[in-house]
Amino acid sequence: MKDSNNQEQRREFIRKGFKFGLVATAGGVLLTKYLSTSASASESEEMVELMTTEGDLVKVPKSELQEHHNASAYNPREGFADKKFVMVVDLAKCKNARKCQEACNKGHYITGENAWLKIYKMQESKETSPYWMPTQCQHCDKPPCVKVCPVDATFKRRDGIVLIDNERCIGCRFCMAACPYSVRVFNWEEPKQEEQASAEPYTPDFCGKPSVKGTVDKCDFCPHQTIKGEMPFCVKACPNDVFAFGDMYEDAVTNGSGTTFKLSELLKERGAHRLMESLGTEPSVYYLPPVDRTDDFEVGLENYTPYESVKKDTEL
Amino acid sequence: MKDYDKIVQDLAPKKFGFWGKIWVTLLCVIAAFAMYAYYQQLSQGLVITHMRDYSLWGVYISNFVFFVAISLVGSLVTAILRLSGANWATPLTRISEVIAVAAIVMAGLTIIIDMGRPERFYNLFIHGRLQSPIIWDVLVITTYLFISLLLLFFPLLPDFSILKKYFKDKPKLSNWYNRLSLKWKGDDRQVKIYNKSIYTLSVLIIPVAFGIHTVTAWLFATTYRPGWDSSNFGPYFIAGAFVAGAGAVVSVMFVLRKAYHLEDYITDFHFDKMGKLLVLLCLVYLYFNVNEYLVPAYKTTEEEADHLKELFVGDYAPMFWIVIVFGLIVPVIALLFKKGRKPLPVFIIGLFVVVGAWWKRYLIVTPTLLHPFLPVEGVPKEWHHYFPTGLEWTITIGTLSGALLIITLLFRYLPVIPIHETIEELEAKHQLKAQKNEK
Ligand code: SF4
Repeated sequence: MKDSNNQEQRREFIRKGFKFGLVATAGGVLLTKYLSTSASASESEEMVELMTTEGDLVKVPKSELQEHHNASAYNPREGFADKKFVMVVDLAKCKNARKCQEACNKGHYITGENAWLKIYKMQESKETSPYWMPTQCQHCDKPPCVKVCPVDATFKRRDGIVLIDNERCIGCRFCMAACPYSVRVFNWEEPKQEEQASAEPYTPDFCGKPSVKGTVDKCDFCPHQTIKGEMPFCVKACPNDVFAFGDMYEDAVTNGSGTTFKLSELLKERGAHRLMESLGTEPSVYYLPPVDRTDDFEVGLENYTPYESVKKDTEL
Repeated sequence: MKDYDKIVQDLAPKKFGFWGKIWVTLLCVIAAFAMYAYYQQLSQGLVITHMRDYSLWGVYISNFVFFVAISLVGSLVTAILRLSGANWATPLTRISEVIAVAAIVMAGLTIIIDMGRPERFYNLFIHGRLQSPIIWDVLVITTYLFISLLLLFFPLLPDFSILKKYFKDKPKLSNWYNRLSLKWKGDDRQVKIYNKSIYTLSVLIIPVAFGIHTVTAWLFATTYRPGWDSSNFGPYFIAGAFVAGAGAVVSVMFVLRKAYHLEDYITDFHFDKMGKLLVLLCLVYLYFNVNEYLVPAYKTTEEEADHLKELFVGDYAPMFWIVIVFGLIVPVIALLFKKGRKPLPVFIIGLFVVVGAWWKRYLIVTPTLLHPFLPVEGVPKEWHHYFPTGLEWTITIGTLSGALLIITLLFRYLPVIPIHETIEELEAKHQLKAQKNEK
């Protein structure tokens, strides 16, 4: 099926992406060495495609690449030292299919009333056209929530991800008041999650696994997926390629069907913006304006449920 | 020394009368209900309240702000009036210090009640981060509590020693007063330290008191929310706290005067003075209110307009206007008349002011949250509004009666009017008279 095919491609990209990241940090040494000797590389050798910082694709013999495992050095509070995760949301493609929301809810065992990923029905003024806008945590570089947290329960990692340690959170909800994007949700009661949610020991980089009464949850940018070489749940689930996810240092983002874009070009060409830029929060999520849309806005109305964002299983 | 004996006799703490007992029982019953409600909250979670992801703070936080506001009174009457040499306020110092201590204790408790994981409170000390306004609040509230306790305790030392003698025939009680009096003899050295430390504390408490109101205001003003995002918030809160605190003092002093028959000590003159003071404070607060609402209303940015509409003509309008009119404007007008500054009218106005101040905090905290920057979507209909649930009310009323209980119980054992200072003032008066006669 198309789906599994996509998955393959995506995996391939991420793996390449990660590898490239490693090459870049291990010093240009490795690449220069290769580039200078490329002429002598034998034809028979297996070649791997890599993207340089300039965005050019180069072919490198596989033997020249060193896989370097820093998994042991990975610490959920610190994140990856050599990454800066970004997301691009293409508003021109969103038709409120809600697959992202479903996948996120399922993947993070969300059982409350309030999803972490919302698709808003937006309209700036009566005269302008309405559009659908998915939002989740913007993983700001100057996160107002982190600033106000009294106990360092919500924190910013080196790779840009903002997470919550729900074993430390005291449930004061100041971060929720501080967040201008209303992305934080609170566990007002004991979450009724399936057992699977608490099967493994808790780490803050998998939000919702498990959720804890009296603490805050929100989108975690799925580091638990990227570390496996997979795309975040929402990116993977969107049938319309609305989301693209990647690493700013690599200057590359990849969408759900595996197409990779050069981030800087994409943002420039499509006139991207971030939400409420004037507040100075510097989000990691970029939005491409809803122009030249693939579908009519009305298509999305079918799925529009203003009072519900987490579907409840009626039959259990 | 007949005067002396009479004063001690008049001012020494007395057992509760019939109504006193009823009052204490009532407060205890309410507190018991509140504890049961809080037990429910602990076991089920904050789901028993009407707070949800949008209205994420509710009546607990507004009640907290109210308590913080009331606590300012201690520094107002004790410190500011003491330092400015306004001796007429001597009979009111103890009342206001006790109110301040009760309010600040309940403020601390209320903030714990609001927490999702109260058992992790210690995290504030282990993992506290200085850039969070909550930590500033924790620091400044504890400091304020300590200074207030000292400012209540030190002036009590001579009184304790007087009471020790007075209750000679009740050895147990006398013994307690003895211990609390810290061997007060009233010699020159002691008096010197005593005066100096009270003076120092009076000076110290003023910046700390300003600090706790400013920091509490900053809990809101440091967010981006329309209605909170205001540089006026610090002084606005301080001005409001003066009003609330003065209202509390006049209400409590009326009741205590009745209950302990202190008409000779808390006189019409005191009510008249406090009434005048209250007018001034209300006017200052009105001025800040005008700043707070008129400037954004003039500009009407999209978010501010939504918020203000809700307050001026929307769902919250009746409450908003009642608070402004009956909690501020009517008191000012009534207190301008000499008749309005008699004890009973001042008491009634004081109640208006306090109740108004409570609802005012509610109006500052709750409506704002229902107007976030992005639309309120994807949550059940009930989440679009906020009004406290029965259990939430029970807990809140429980904290209020808790504060009243602290005040009541403290005055069961502490003299309402500082005995020592009253005697001193009387002696000074006699001396003055004697000197005049000699001439
Ligand atoms: S609710 Fe938890 S994460 Fe948010 S500010 Fe309070 S302690 Fe920090």
